[in-house]
Amino acid sequence: MEKQRTPLYDFHIANDARMVPFAGWDMPVQYAAGIKTEHLATRNGAGLFDVSHMVQVELSGNGADAFFERLTPTDIGAVAEGRVRYSMLLNDAGGVLDDLMVARLDGRLHLVVNAGRATHDIDHLRQNLDERTKMDVHHGKALLALQGPKAAQILSSLGLDLDGFRFMDIRHFTLGTVPLVIARSGYTGEDGFEISMPANAAVDIAKTLMATGDVTLAGLGARDTLRLEAGLPLWGHELDETITPIMAGLRFALSKRRRKAADFPGANIILDEFANGPKRQLVGLLASGARPVRDGTILLHGGVDIGIITSGGFAPSLDRPAALGFVETHLATDGTVLAAATRGGETPITVVNLPLVPHRYFRG
Amino acid sequence: MLKFSEDHEWANLDADICAVGISPHAVEQLGDIVFVELPDIGLAVNKGDAVAVFESVKAASDIYSPAGGEIVEVNNALLDDLTAITPESAMANWLFKIKINDAGDLESLMDEAAYNAMIS
Repeated sequence: MEKQRTPLYDFHIANDARMVPFAGWDMPVQYAAGIKTEHLATRNGAGLFDVSHMVQVELSGNGADAFFERLTPTDIGAVAEGRVRYSMLLNDAGGVLDDLMVARLDGRLHLVVNAGRATHDIDHLRQNLDERTKMDVHHGKALLALQGPKAAQILSSLGLDLDGFRFMDIRHFTLGTVPLVIARSGYTGEDGFEISMPANAAVDIAKTLMATGDVTLAGLGARDTLRLEAGLPLWGHELDETITPIMAGLRFALSKRRRKAADFPGANIILDEFANGPKRQLVGLLASGARPVRDGTILLHGGVDIGIITSGGFAPSLDRPAALGFVETHLATDGTVLAAATRGGETPITVVNLPLVPHRYFRG
Repeated sequence: MLKFSEDHEWANLDADICAVGISPHAVEQLGDIVFVELPDIGLAVNKGDAVAVFESVKAASDIYSPAGGEIVEVNNALLDDLTAITPESAMANWLFKIKINDAGDLESLMDEAAYNAMIS
């Protein structure tokens, strides 16, 4: 099947990207510099990611808030104009259908969902839609993520006024004549921005950012190593229809009012785990030695299967292999030594608290 | 005699000693290499056995023996600096040498022109 291309496809090719199929899209996994260089440039300066494959959905109408709340554990009334919240679509078993970002801008709700789940999510939303809510799926918009400790000064140097613009804020901006919607958010653990724009402006905006001299193009490979170090879950790995938000360490995403009301999908299961703890929970894992331990590796304690690696690879900022995985809750304490059942035998692997690399969001 | 496998190994036979490496294309596709495991000297191998491992940031790749025989030399100097494993150095960086039992094992491999056609 023909892969979809973002408005930056030719720009990627011109910048020596290696393109790979991802969720039906042709996306850059890395550029010539390589994943480690792109990762470290993002941690130390600023990385620019094309995330135009993610799908933007707008909800409007009198029913939009109530509609959104029927599907998620978020107190959407508490999300003020100009604010962004991390949320998720839940099923009746308390599992996560997808995780997403929701923003309130111009009185409407703006959702950004994972590319790989977009078709599912849009079907799910449509099936639950009521006559008081209008849903628009925005195809053909570009979304760029500028991430890293230098991201703010780069945008300021281009004339954007970031005064009072904090982590999880969203606003309209204009760069030259191009209207932008920028959220101070991202998925790297760093301060950063997600910039939505008309498709026909994407190449010019990317070139303008690159021309500052402080920006490194970064692909999906670095995006994955950065979010792994930041302990941020990826749907299909740390989240799926059988994993609850409690298991995945996302208690913060369950609004207090919604917990009291117990009126979201799977509330009985999720609230039981909230009070009593889940059977397994997400942890960081550091294996001994230089060899990465990969997704799907079973974790043992005393020879018994007590967990599994869900994302395993190399962590450039730690300069060592690192992983995320689920382990039985009684073993999910920092410093517990387990064994990874690797092909060559058992490799000692130590449970560590998340995140593996501290978050550096700008909270003002 | 230089030959290439479909799995991107190269095999260079000199008398009954076959040096084995991975192609520039394979190194480029792997990206940043973070771990390499090479076989032990003296290991008896069959054609097609996984005898070495390359791990990049993203993925693990097995390296298969292109012929049966015995591992007689291993290039452990490669392990000192994995960043020196580049597409440019890939044809010089042999991984291990096999004293082969049967040169016929290499007959199914491609010559350089056929390999280049496969990856282009």
